[in-house]
Amino acid sequence: MKRVKNFLFLLLAMPALAMAAGGHSVPLDKAPVNLADQDSLQRGARMFVNYCLNCHSASAMRYSRLEDIGLTEDQIKENLLFSAEKPGELMKIGMTKVDGKAWFGATPPDLSVIARSRGADWLYTYLRGFYRDDSRATGWNNTVFDKVGMPHVMWSLQGEMVPVYKKEGEHETIARLELAKPGSVTLAEYDAMVGDLVNYLVWMGEPAQVQRKQLGVIVLLFLAGFFVVAYYLKKEFWKDVH
Amino acid sequence: MSAMQKLMGWIDDRLPLTATYKAHLSEYYAPKNFNFWYFFGSLALLVLVIQIVTGIFLTMNYKPDSELAFLSVEYIMRDVEWGWLIRYIHSTGASMFFVVVYLHMFRGLMYGSYRKPRELIWIFGVLIYLMLMAEAFLGYLLPWGQMSYWGAQVIVNLFAAVPIIGEDLSIWIRGDYVIGDATLNRFFAFHVIALPLVLLALVMVHLVALHEVGSNNPDGVEIKKKKDPKTGIPLDGIPFHPYYTVKDIVGVIVFLMVFSAILFFAPEMGGYFLEAANFVPADPLKTPEHIAPLWYFTPFYAILRAVPPLFGSQFPGVVAMGMSIVLLFFLPWLDRSKVKSIRYRGPIYKAFLAAFIVSFVGLGYLGLLPSTPVATIFAQVFSVIYFLFFLLMPWYTSIDKTKPEPERVTG
Repeated sequence: MKRVKNFLFLLLAMPALAMAAGGHSVPLDKAPVNLADQDSLQRGARMFVNYCLNCHSASAMRYSRLEDIGLTEDQIKENLLFSAEKPGELMKIGMTKVDGKAWFGATPPDLSVIARSRGADWLYTYLRGFYRDDSRATGWNNTVFDKVGMPHVMWSLQGEMVPVYKKEGEHETIARLELAKPGSVTLAEYDAMVGDLVNYLVWMGEPAQVQRKQLGVIVLLFLAGFFVVAYYLKKEFWKDVH
Repeated sequence: MSAMQKLMGWIDDRLPLTATYKAHLSEYYAPKNFNFWYFFGSLALLVLVIQIVTGIFLTMNYKPDSELAFLSVEYIMRDVEWGWLIRYIHSTGASMFFVVVYLHMFRGLMYGSYRKPRELIWIFGVLIYLMLMAEAFLGYLLPWGQMSYWGAQVIVNLFAAVPIIGEDLSIWIRGDYVIGDATLNRFFAFHVIALPLVLLALVMVHLVALHEVGSNNPDGVEIKKKKDPKTGIPLDGIPFHPYYTVKDIVGVIVFLMVFSAILFFAPEMGGYFLEAANFVPADPLKTPEHIAPLWYFTPFYAILRAVPPLFGSQFPGVVAMGMSIVLLFFLPWLDRSKVKSIRYRGPIYKAFLAAFIVSFVGLGYLGLLPSTPVATIFAQVFSVIYFLFFLLMPWYTSIDKTKPEPERVTG
């Protein structure tokens, strides 16, 4: 019996050992996502329309849906409708896929659900990870997306970052980025702005998610009440089963 | 006679309504000692209904067209009234179907529910499981994301590994040289009509066969052997309705609470129910770094990868994967034990069953990971244990020291 037990223990340990054989990934900074903060979402929406929605589309997203984050139809019309005529339209862009590919080497992806495929932390790190690299055609490279086709669109805000290398055995890796030429805002302010933008992207990835969680609480409370009733009903019926 | 009785009499003369109700509910006698594990059969039926109903509503707005499919899903998620809810119920339901079915099958393993006289119930059950896998695989292409596309590419390419006819076979399945619009359309047709029809028919046969021989129970003893001499009702049997209907309602509510917790608070389930890479539209020119099937297929995927190629062909792996499921059909005849239930089995069977479960879960975990030399060795060990559980079963179940079965069911 002891031998059986030892054997079982070894078997149980196997998945854990197998897990230790897994890979590693680039460390990401935690994005300050807070979907209850409507001011942040609105600032993020403005940044999105100003900086992203020229090359990137969000073709599953309607402008009018921005009313969900507290904007009025007039506010949307006056401040955010650049490439569309009516708030009911989808966030599409003028640039064609073919042009995008010719200009950037790869078509800039649609951003409707980018937060769901990349994750908030990746986006937050990526948008703060651009640095000067003269070997690249755009003059920019990125810490989490090496040789990215996208230039640093928000460089006038953040300024120009340069990498500081560290030796790791044979090869050099980037330890951190350093500000070489300041932009129009401080680095802390830039982080906050990117935080707003990522917050917005997370919201846009699934505009129904706030409603979803609210409904979830109600559904679970209902089921909890139903459970009590059903449990005592079962007990009552089963009294005569011996 | 009241009007209601008259109406029932009129119907019963033309359709066996009352007789059917009695035979399958109010006078179907189930053992009184069902435990926790006996919830999952009725729950599987519930999930089947959930999937069919939500599926009908999804087809009203989904577009089976490679240009439109991806955005039509997002349209459902954003612009269709309650579309997000229906879509998440369907996507959560797909994974929960397998959770429930795996637990249901494990119950059968533990209590020997596949043994004589329930061999056909088990065989129909395995067929349902096979259909379910096909149904899930076909449905997973429909959102037309990167994982939909490349997952389908990998699986259809398995058919290409068949010697001689493989290449033509895979083209015939796809309707194209790559997964394309033609593939999407036919997968849609199979997913929404062909396989659901087969599934429903199989589920019906599964239930008819069950009600013919009667349910097994955690003691693995036949309640029909001890009947009340006057009424002919099994002494340990209670009518399914109302006893098990009221009990199953409790199970249904607990299940729906788990279901809702996932659906409303973690519909992606950390990438296990909805994969992050599937939020990128399918791109035939860009292969993802790591293609993993959804969690319910990964044990078989791990077996596939564990088998080394022969003369550069993946065919042996494909055969091993196929065999790992085909073996299930033979289970009723592989088991030679004198007892059915794990309660009265000896230590050898218990050790083999535990090793089998650990291997199955281990394979499921390894199937999610990229292939590495260490992971492959583990997958090979687990695969061997998986097969030995079945192939050695006639031997170890016959030498195992069993305890005597009780005459009647215990508590």
